[in-house]
Amino acid sequence: MTVVERVPTDKVVVEGMTGDAAIAHALKQCDIDVLAAYPITPQTIIVEDFQKFVANGEVKTRVIPVESEHSAMSACVGASAVGARVATATASAGLALMWEILYCAASMRMPIVLAVANRALSAPINIHNDWSDSYGARDSGFIQIYCQSCQEAYDTVIMAFKIAEDHDVLLPVMVCIDGFILSHNVERVEMLPTEAVQQFLGVRKPAIALDPDNPVTMGPLALTDYYFEFKEQQDRAMARVPEVFERVESEFEKMTGRRYGRFETYRVEDADIIIFTHSTPGGTAKAVVDALRERGEKVGVVRLRMFRPFPAEALREVLRNAKAVAVFEKCRSFGAPSNPLALEVRTALYDLDERPLVTDFVIGLGGRDVPPSTIVEGVEKTKEYLKAGRAPLYETLGVRK
Amino acid sequence: MSKRFDEIPMAGIIIEPGNAMEYKTGGWRAMRPVHTDETCLWIKNGTCGLCWIYCPDNAVRLIEENGKYRYEYDYDYCKGCGICANQCPTGSIKMESE
Repeated sequence: MTVVERVPTDKVVVEGMTGDAAIAHALKQCDIDVLAAYPITPQTIIVEDFQKFVANGEVKTRVIPVESEHSAMSACVGASAVGARVATATASAGLALMWEILYCAASMRMPIVLAVANRALSAPINIHNDWSDSYGARDSGFIQIYCQSCQEAYDTVIMAFKIAEDHDVLLPVMVCIDGFILSHNVERVEMLPTEAVQQFLGVRKPAIALDPDNPVTMGPLALTDYYFEFKEQQDRAMARVPEVFERVESEFEKMTGRRYGRFETYRVEDADIIIFTHSTPGGTAKAVVDALRERGEKVGVVRLRMFRPFPAEALREVLRNAKAVAVFEKCRSFGAPSNPLALEVRTALYDLDERPLVTDFVIGLGGRDVPPSTIVEGVEKTKEYLKAGRAPLYETLGVRK
Repeated sequence: MSKRFDEIPMAGIIIEPGNAMEYKTGGWRAMRPVHTDETCLWIKNGTCGLCWIYCPDNAVRLIEENGKYRYEYDYDYCKGCGICANQCPTGSIKMESE
């Protein structure tokens, strides 16, 4: 465990930054050895800004400009295998093209940090935000953390390396921000002194690395006889994430005074209806809750941060006393009885003798605006369903139908 | 070799060379080569050896002991591909069902 000290306020640099720029600055301060990426909107600024740091000699990072995202993640796996601290960034179709190697990165236990600026998938081609891209990758073995603000994105990237590189974990991390809504909007970001970040993270100590003096083979064949055992290892590593996350966040809090948790709760103590969402709709939901509370309505918000591993048990304790949980998610899992976020919530609550009603609202596909009125509409519908005693498995909100 | 998940290296990493020997591929075999000494040129005068040359798994053993020639298979690794039977110029190897 590293010894961290509270960073004095006069050492903190405050700047107005986009979410992408905040991530680029975090990567710079994390002293990454290799960045291999292919440009794609709305992630582009991350790599553009980082390339400027390289061109200006501000970092010693080797940037590998590859010909596709498939190659980007492949290069990251190779670099990580020799023990480097590695990052990349992508979105939408780029993440889809990485697919095969996402699984390799996770199964080969490479602690790569992948910044995703969440964007809708084609077709029709669309550059705006929804969560279909990273939700699709939910079974790849990556840890997934979704951020609500530029500050949170900056902080999460720094913590992501420490979680990923912990020998109890050794799994890659996806740090997700909402495309454009966060990636391109300027917010106030408090940046830590680089020395503090580097002291917090230290130098990566690989558990085992490719080394000509001690040759090993990574990623070989395992068939019916051993493949399952390696998946058991991977599953247990994922199960150890919450404990490591807690440890890392506690240290980060000592240094900065900030902590986020695996999820954030907002005015849930006596709430009859809990709004459950993540990323930027979390902020909208909190504003809605403030307004509804003024009208005397008992509503609250749980804003999820860590989607993988999903904090089912901890959430069960928070959600169990509500009458209803209204899930808002920017993804439709076509043909599924409901959608990725609500499926997890329903699974988390199923074992309770008395369960809250769960409603699932698909919102904001392809960057369709999610104003407070959309959240209010979902809450109003949830109240109706509570009266009726039943709700549809899911429905779409904010689409002309 | 049936080790538990916590008795094997992380992520299937091979940490030492030569361990392909531990993988007994003989379990894949559906057909087994059966050898007849009577017509085999190796047994007769220590010549030929085409089966030994062509075997992709080093599973043919040509043995010379006290001026006598012996012949056997290493069934731990013989996958039963039948190349030896196909190559044998005297028809001394027959493939039989396991």
